[in-house]
Amino acid sequence: MSDVKIKITDRQGKLHNVVAPIDMAMNVMEVIRSYELAPEGPIGVCGGMAMCASCQCYITSTHELPIMGDEEEAMLSEAFNVTEKSRLGCQISITKNLEGLEITIAPEE
Amino acid sequence: MIKSDIIIIGAGPIGLFTVFEAGLLKLRCHLIDALPQPGGQCSEIYPKKPIYDIPAYPEILAGELTNKLLEQCKQFQPGFTLGERAEEIKKDDDGVFTVTTNKGTIHKALVVAIAGGLGSFEPRKPQLDNISFYEDKGVEYIIKDPEIYRNKKIVIAGGGDSALDWSIFLANINADVTLVHRRNEFRGTLDSVEKVRDLKNQNKINIITPAEIVKLNGEEKLESVIISKDNVKNELKVDHFIPLFGLSPKLGPISNWGLAIEKNAIKVDTYDYQTNIPGIFAVGDINTYPGKLKLILCGFHEATLMCQSAYKIINPGKKHVLKYTTVTGIDGFDGTRKEAPKSVVQAINK
Repeated sequence: MSDVKIKITDRQGKLHNVVAPIDMAMNVMEVIRSYELAPEGPIGVCGGMAMCASCQCYITSTHELPIMGDEEEAMLSEAFNVTEKSRLGCQISITKNLEGLEITIAPEE
Repeated sequence: MIKSDIIIIGAGPIGLFTVFEAGLLKLRCHLIDALPQPGGQCSEIYPKKPIYDIPAYPEILAGELTNKLLEQCKQFQPGFTLGERAEEIKKDDDGVFTVTTNKGTIHKALVVAIAGGLGSFEPRKPQLDNISFYEDKGVEYIIKDPEIYRNKKIVIAGGGDSALDWSIFLANINADVTLVHRRNEFRGTLDSVEKVRDLKNQNKINIITPAEIVKLNGEEKLESVIISKDNVKNELKVDHFIPLFGLSPKLGPISNWGLAIEKNAIKVDTYDYQTNIPGIFAVGDINTYPGKLKLILCGFHEATLMCQSAYKIINPGKKHVLKYTTVTGIDGFDGTRKEAPKSVVQAINK
């Protein structure tokens, strides 16, 4: 099994059930882009380096996620619309334990 | 008024390489960029990050790539209008484009190449009620003239290098600086963090963390801000509030130029990367077409093909052929010449 199923709520509030491969080194931001769930310009601006907050997501399920790194934490400290559930999508790699992950894309800044 | 053959909007890697390719065809370029330095994202967002997919460079830092592109195009003497955003475009009956910046600088050329990457970098604005009302009435996102802050009460918000560096600078010209940040830690160079700490110990900077500005007050101009810390709100009288939360790219005025836009990018014909307006081309990350990949190396290719059509617009009917730099060398507009040393041929059996 090299796919996981993820539920993504887009910026318009629409729920999408998507399938993400675990063997292509993808992250949540790239999955959102690959399914075109947000226009490319306003998401993933820095390309996935935790240097912008355009891929901020709210993690609404209880999955164990990779620990937040310094760069991500610093970027979220300057981002807008941040909640306790906020993460940068680009910093969450797609792995098999993300099966059933539920996320909502944060509003565009 | 600045005249050239090609106006290039965007001085990132693709804009700089366009100067080189145009130069080989004896076309002069002038670049406009909203940022104060050339390099685009490579110098603004990730100058210290290595890039691994530039042909022949197994690894190169983004800042170093910018420097090498500047060096490569230097002999073609590009002009620069930096720190200004291309605002308006007009085409006259002779086919000449006039591009005017937000500061009123006028540029004229027969060809316009938009190499704007993700758009122009604009300050990220905090989401506060009425903040737009106070812009230039006490709220500034970019410090243009530091002298106006001398002996004034300033609140700076942000936790990165620019918030730290400007706090230091303004404290040193006797501004009464309060630095507000949502976290206790700052994300800046060690040197800046230590300087801010020293100034705090000398009571020259007031630091409030973890805290944020939640409200702006004032009748006709900004008079005070409300700072929330540990859910307690306090009012602070200020002359200026300077939020420094970095920059984010916006397509900006280009989106009103009548260009066909799709997915936040400019649609082009892959024959020569021309837009729906003849004479205006779009190269690099700002364009879109079936199969588009936003890669620097693809932008280099697009810029090269674009210049062939630009030549035909600027020199109608005039012949030219593809030249190999290995064969003909390069004649710079500055009078320099680069060429391979001539090999010496001698007969062995004389």
